[in-house]
Amino acid sequence: MDENQDSVPLMQRILDNPFILLFLGVSFPAVLYLIWGIMEIASIPLAN
Amino acid sequence: MSQQFRICPDTGLKLYQPAETMIKVHAVAAVVCLLVGGIYGLLVGLTRWPAVHLLPADWFYLALTGHGLNVLIFWCIFFEIALLYFASSVLLGCRLAVPRFAWVGFALMVIGVLMNNYIVMSGEASVMMTSYAPMEAHPLFYLSLILFAVGALVGCFVFFGTLVIAKEEKTYEGSVPLVTFGAITAAIIAVFTIISGAIILIPTLLWSLGFLAEIDALMYRLIWWAFGHSSQQINVAAHITVWYAIASIVFGAKPMSEKVSRMAFFMYILFLQLASVHHLLVDPGVSSEFKMFNTSYAMYLAVMASMVHGLTVPGSIESAQRAKGFNSGLFEWLRRAPWGNPTFSGMFISLVGFGFLGGISGVTMGVEQINILVHNTLYVPGHFHATVVIGTTLAFMALTYWLVPVIFRRELIWKRLASWQPYLFGLGMAGVSVFLMGAGTLGVPRRHWDITFSTTGGIVHEFPAAANTLLALSGLSVLLAVLGGAIFCLIIVGSLLFGRKLGVDEKSSTFIIASPPSDADYEGIGKGGIAVPGTLVMAIVFFVAFAVYYFINWKYLAQTWGIS
Repeated sequence: MDENQDSVPLMQRILDNPFILLFLGVSFPAVLYLIWGIMEIASIPLAN
Repeated sequence: MSQQFRICPDTGLKLYQPAETMIKVHAVAAVVCLLVGGIYGLLVGLTRWPAVHLLPADWFYLALTGHGLNVLIFWCIFFEIALLYFASSVLLGCRLAVPRFAWVGFALMVIGVLMNNYIVMSGEASVMMTSYAPMEAHPLFYLSLILFAVGALVGCFVFFGTLVIAKEEKTYEGSVPLVTFGAITAAIIAVFTIISGAIILIPTLLWSLGFLAEIDALMYRLIWWAFGHSSQQINVAAHITVWYAIASIVFGAKPMSEKVSRMAFFMYILFLQLASVHHLLVDPGVSSEFKMFNTSYAMYLAVMASMVHGLTVPGSIESAQRAKGFNSGLFEWLRRAPWGNPTFSGMFISLVGFGFLGGISGVTMGVEQINILVHNTLYVPGHFHATVVIGTTLAFMALTYWLVPVIFRRELIWKRLASWQPYLFGLGMAGVSVFLMGAGTLGVPRRHWDITFSTTGGIVHEFPAAANTLLALSGLSVLLAVLGGAIFCLIIVGSLLFGRKLGVDEKSSTFIIASPPSDADYEGIGKGGIAVPGTLVMAIVFFVAFAVYYFINWKYLAQTWGIS
């Protein structure tokens, strides 16, 4: 069984695991869109 | 437990009764929302038509809010949860995980929809779908969206739980089918979407209740669009999943390359949600680096994935048709396709409309410089009526015709009318899309009841006569599309109520599923060593149209702000 598992290419193992995909699918846009965008807006100085 | 399974006499699929029930209730709720949203859409369309200008201002914004939420959110997501249950329990032939939770999720979604429609109808939440703060709606408006989103999230986790059950009980070998993989993509995007919605709608609810002093308008827009635009990306992933499913159902087609199609879905998982930034392209608070990275470099990877799907789906159909003997010329495979079958015609119109109208316009206006020409104009609704209505809604309609005998066990009524429906709806909505984009290019704003500002007592803005003509043509197209939508609702509701009931082991009298061609049939297909020459020609036409339209927009931009 382990030998079979080892023979499966890494990319296919990633694509076959919905929870790794879920992690990637949430973390990528969270970092590149939400966190990056929030940091930029939060860093705008307040008017006096 | 085995008594809760039945074998579909037409398809051989193993169906779990609680999963079937959940698919049915979600699909019915979806069609009801489509009906309500369509009525609102008719009112909006007739008000945008200058010669009719049906509704007064307050009713227009009320109808616009109800239209957007019922069709863009409720109809699509109800149908998508049904699709998730179909792609997991039915296609993998396994139990549905925790059906009670599935019911809880459905109940929350229904309560959210009822509450939302009530508060919008009351006139206390005419803030449009985007509900930009500091424009404030009644607290029930935000609460209703939160309840709906939580219910949909429960549905997503029931779907993931069902995948675990299928794997543990070994109901499939190797990788999940491509259609299930597409559904996984949609579910992942849904989770991100709903989390983003919670991040912004919960504080907005607290603000509307008086517990928070203010909501930062810029921050609201940024986070809301992670919810608002990504919800449309769930639709994209879901309707492309439906394309693959219908290609397999109607033609017995197999993907040209499973690896390539899965990688394209994987690129959606990573990059599709980033397109949300194109709503912020004229916002001053975020940098050009942020805008360009997300709407150019990252979004283009998702666009490439869409073009892969746009090539592989018709390519797989062409291969299957050629393998069945329709191998003459470039397009015999397409001419001999079952154009009278609404499941196929709806899917194919969806594919062409999504690619040529929605795809090209979306990428073009996603460019920061060109976006300034059309930002917040009617071009934007023109674009998303091509993606979400022709692309998603028509694909879902096409699949529904197939689901009626397979899941609901009823014969479809008025089959001849059904064969016309995708053409009426597709043509009408293509008109809406093209004419709204035309008016938007002339600068007509997207959200205003009175585009000339003639009732404000200030300066009146006169648009070129062509703009009024385009708006009138859009209004006529709305009538055609609404007719197509009404026929769909009538046929589906009529079939569920009055269609002939099919016995447990009785096959449907209409075509349900095609036998896949054998590997030997695929040998020697195509022309000049190219297996799918017709699809290749269509792809070349697409790229030429794309390049010409892109160039025209840059030329237009250069003329708008001349350098001298």
